[in-house]
Amino acid sequence: MIEVEHLTKKYGDLVAVRDLNFKVEKGKIWGLLGPNAAGKTTTMRILTGYLPATDGKATLSGYDVFEQINEVKKITGYLPETVPLYTEMTVAEYLKFVADIKQIPAAKKQEAVDRSIETSGLKLVRNRLIQNISRGFKQRVGIAQALIHDPQILILDEPTIGLDPAQIIEIRQLIRSLKGEHTIMLSTHILAEVTQTCDGVVIIRDGQLMASGSLKELTSSLTKTDGVVIRLKKAEEELMPFFRNLPGVENVSRVDDGFQIEWGTDKDLRDVITRHIVDNDLGLIEMKSLGMNIEDLYLKVVSGGTEQ
Amino acid sequence: MNNIWAICKREIRTYFTSPIAYVAITVFLVVTGFFFYSLIQWFNLQSMQMARNPQYYQQLNINQMVYSPLFHNISIILLFLVPILTMRLFSEEKKSKTEELLYTSPISINQIILGKYFASLFVLLVMLFLNFLLSVFVFAFGNPEVLPLLDGYLGLFFMGAAFMAIGIFFSSLTENQIVAASLGFGVFLLFFVLNWASQFAGGIWQSVLNYLSFFEHFDDMTRGILDTTDIVYYLSFIFLGLFLTHSVIQSRRWR
Repeated sequence: MIEVEHLTKKYGDLVAVRDLNFKVEKGKIWGLLGPNAAGKTTTMRILTGYLPATDGKATLSGYDVFEQINEVKKITGYLPETVPLYTEMTVAEYLKFVADIKQIPAAKKQEAVDRSIETSGLKLVRNRLIQNISRGFKQRVGIAQALIHDPQILILDEPTIGLDPAQIIEIRQLIRSLKGEHTIMLSTHILAEVTQTCDGVVIIRDGQLMASGSLKELTSSLTKTDGVVIRLKKAEEELMPFFRNLPGVENVSRVDDGFQIEWGTDKDLRDVITRHIVDNDLGLIEMKSLGMNIEDLYLKVVSGGTEQ
Repeated sequence: MNNIWAICKREIRTYFTSPIAYVAITVFLVVTGFFFYSLIQWFNLQSMQMARNPQYYQQLNINQMVYSPLFHNISIILLFLVPILTMRLFSEEKKSKTEELLYTSPISINQIILGKYFASLFVLLVMLFLNFLLSVFVFAFGNPEVLPLLDGYLGLFFMGAAFMAIGIFFSSLTENQIVAASLGFGVFLLFFVLNWASQFAGGIWQSVLNYLSFFEHFDDMTRGILDTTDIVYYLSFIFLGLFLTHSVIQSRRWR
């Protein structure tokens, strides 16, 4: 459980984080979403005790970041934006060192190292020098060092940045598999990352909170309508009245070789539409759900950021 | 204590898995070995010349004629090598961002500083010990006094330890290792020759400059004089260096 209240951080005159409030539920994955320079890294650095805040309050599992920082450090695993690796060590040596400074008792050290190697999928490179392993493995070593003391809370700063698509999927799966036992907060500037991995999201821009809540809450509060976009081989104008007259339909519009159909969130017209297409041999090419409106919200936030 | 050891162990490993320690130790041993050889040769020559004159022969003293100048020479080599050994200790952590791991782990800044400091002292001890082995020949073929000799090595150790502490401080100031090393050279050299200025300074400044000079305190110890003021001098330098390092790290995070 992570709670942040009125958190503010100033670097001289520059305000990096301004009056931030949010809450992350226990055992969930929460995304910290925002364009570059939004204050994501600063927020995470404050939560992990790397930087002190100028004002406000933050507690992790009930421990205050400012009053009980040592307790916070003991229950928190942190993957910084740049993975902190001593490249002249082997993966196992490095993890042993991290186990030492995370205060894991000597008797449990080997077990902790083995477990984190196992969970992060590092068996293959266990005894190789970190400078010789690939970017994807380095990222995994970063996650392994965050996990080694079995922390209640994991804070991951851009865990998939700089990876190829296959590696991104692997890391996402890894993160999802950690859910439940760990409360996870990850930062990203990619919306897809949030919709695919996270249960909830905190969107910030210029250090200010734009929206926060679980994905369900956010989408239902933002979405008044649900709908589909269909592409057909025979997309004739005459179909418009049919779709328009379906019960519950609120809006139908023409797109390229198909239609966009929207209806109220209380109904689901997918079956009806599909049956009509099949029965009349209209040649369905594609049918996809309309994007969630959280995307629009995020785009608004991001484009606002780039206009400056 | 465990935390200090963990940090120290990793630093020692880095020293000895990279070429740094080997190069520094080799350079140290070759150069000091050459000094040692020359001084011994010179002493031999003197002995042979003096052999005809029993009165002078009595005054020949290997401690004064070989070791005292040797210790002075070694101190100059340390002045060059120590900044190279300390320059990466904090600069590199900062540059490669590994410091984020250290500062978000449940260990204190003091433990990090001491761990790194002890690792640098370990390298210093290795260098001095290997150099000390040369004395085996002196003991085999001559009869130097042991205590003044050990006192000289103790002096070298304390001076090296003071250099290391100040070197760590400079390393904490910057993420550029060259800058850290250059600052080290400059300051060490300045403190070495501070007593030169005391000749022209008047009144209290004369004794202040003399007291602050590395040379003044070291000279005693090369001649086998163990004075607590010298030890206190070095210990205060060590404390100052480590304390300033702590302040730098602490203030950087609060900025």
